[in-house]
Amino acid sequence: MDNHMLLELKDLEVVYQTDFENVYALNKVTLSLNAGETLGLVGETGAGKTTTALSILKLLPKNIGKITGGSIMFDGVDIVKATEGEMRKIRGNKISMIFQDPMTSLNPVIPVGEQIAESLELHNTQGRTAAEIEQRVDQMLELVGISPNRKTDFPHQFSGGMKQRVVIAIALACDPALLIADEPTTALDVTIQAQVLAMMGELKEKLNTSLILITHDLGIVAQICDKVAVMYAGEIIESGTMEDVFSRIENHPYTVGLFGSIPNLEVSTLRLAPINGLMPDPTDLPKGCKFHPRCPKCMDICKTESPRVYETGTHQIMCHLFTQEGNVIQ
Amino acid sequence: MNQPLLQTVGLKKYYKVKAGELHAVDNINLSIQESQTLGVVGESGCGKTTLGRTILRLVPATSGQILFRGENILEYSGKQMHEMRRNMQIVFQDPYSSINPRMTVYNIIAEPIRSSGTRLEKQNMDKRVRKLMDTVGLASRLIKAYPHELDGGRRQRIGVARALALNPKFIVCDEPVSSLDVSIQAQILNLLMDLQDEYGLTYMFITHDLSVVKHISDNIAVMYLGECVEHGPKDQIFANPLHPYSQALLSAIPVPSLAARSRKPYLIKGEVSSPINPKPGCRFAPRCPHVKPICTQGELELKEVTPNHFVRCTLYGSEKP
Repeated sequence: MDNHMLLELKDLEVVYQTDFENVYALNKVTLSLNAGETLGLVGETGAGKTTTALSILKLLPKNIGKITGGSIMFDGVDIVKATEGEMRKIRGNKISMIFQDPMTSLNPVIPVGEQIAESLELHNTQGRTAAEIEQRVDQMLELVGISPNRKTDFPHQFSGGMKQRVVIAIALACDPALLIADEPTTALDVTIQAQVLAMMGELKEKLNTSLILITHDLGIVAQICDKVAVMYAGEIIESGTMEDVFSRIENHPYTVGLFGSIPNLEVSTLRLAPINGLMPDPTDLPKGCKFHPRCPKCMDICKTESPRVYETGTHQIMCHLFTQEGNVIQ
Repeated sequence: MNQPLLQTVGLKKYYKVKAGELHAVDNINLSIQESQTLGVVGESGCGKTTLGRTILRLVPATSGQILFRGENILEYSGKQMHEMRRNMQIVFQDPYSSINPRMTVYNIIAEPIRSSGTRLEKQNMDKRVRKLMDTVGLASRLIKAYPHELDGGRRQRIGVARALALNPKFIVCDEPVSSLDVSIQAQILNLLMDLQDEYGLTYMFITHDLSVVKHISDNIAVMYLGECVEHGPKDQIFANPLHPYSQALLSAIPVPSLAARSRKPYLIKGEVSSPINPKPGCRFAPRCPHVKPICTQGELELKEVTPNHFVRCTLYGSEKP
């Protein structure tokens, strides 16, 4: 059972079409995740992290967001071809998602216990009785560290950190094989973030759930992930195991920039080394390497040709610096 | 030591609410030397933003003193305060809601100059605004642009330019980078530090992000539920945090390195309690792993444990230095 491939994205392309323009949100994204693994998906606003998550669940905005190419295989099911009815059986049952803001992802007029029970009732394949569902709700609340006698409380009676725990309880209620957490701790304070992250780490071990953790914080990735993928302008520009990426021997210039932008707590630096410029406009992506206008090591070839993937073992970098022999041209 | 540029003495800000008195800022004694940065850290609801706004008299203080170059600005008349505001400016947290969407970049930056009563010829005003835009790294072609045409990083640059328009001495930076992406965050932090070097600015830098505060500050004050629980030079706070809350806060930061993976964070249980009618004694006591009966008996004093490093905790210094 363990270590089989659970999720595989191949050359996934997603476009948001509006009357005026096409936004190329994902451009040939390839990813894979084994059962029980944790993948950190890192990148800045607009890099396509959330779009990746929404495509896996087929929750892209109707009529606007379209998967235009590639495939998503989840546990033997082709998500791209799956019907809405099939997706309803997968969502919340085999794949769950935790959204960024716990304040808005709970229904304010329904007690939290009922909200946890809802997904259990909808996906009641095991034929649980009402009493058994109730029991499962208590069990879930205990699992996330909330006393079961608070299940009749409403969301406004909980603090931000507690609400996020409730959301996690809902997501895990059906024992999903894959949990997608979209910036689960961004809205929380650091000490509460540390509590929630520690709890997620423990639960993942206990339940053997695979996890895709979407974040912009490399520190969080370092804490709980096994693998990491860095996204930029709808592409995965670097991926590998924690050791591959965080040992910082070979990195994509964008990843180097991300590390340089974070003030280091252990070493004092006088100035940060930020990445100059801004993310490209996804309606009008630059030719060649999409990072070349901001890249400090840009070469002539970068402006015209898309880089190929340079691969050493598990580490993949999409950059001409590594695939090309030759020197950096300033 | 020189006279500090800004000093607060027993500064308090209480709000009257239905349930009682909300102690947003309680008995804060801080001082900032000229051309230095004081970092104020704490979690949501600890009163750091209220402190910044109270110091600028954007909200009226309940009691205490705010000394700017030795003069208590709380006693200033409206007219005197208007004059004083040239020296004290603020950069707000959210660059999306803190600038008027119906004004052009030019008008946003020119507004403080106009409202201060300075009359400038159109030509000179133009020059001044362009100079400010140049200082903060905004291309002058954007002078007629509206905020919605710009991204968060550029908007925050407008916020900085607006704060600089009157050549202030002191700027309160209220989480100026927390709504920005990391790469943009680094650009703004570098800008703020360059401006400080160039114009000798004094900052009060409010943030919840300890790595940012370490990067930019000279001194740090840690706040918890309206009180300052520890303050001292940056290096000492980071190398040797004394208060259990500071220790927890420091260990809770996720560090982006492989070495940090094996490190177990020192978790504190529970959540921040209510700032309404706080119980006597240490406000961190309900979450503190070292809590003793003495912690909740009577008010605690800030104690100077090593030179300039103060902490409000019963664990330290029964003997006075």
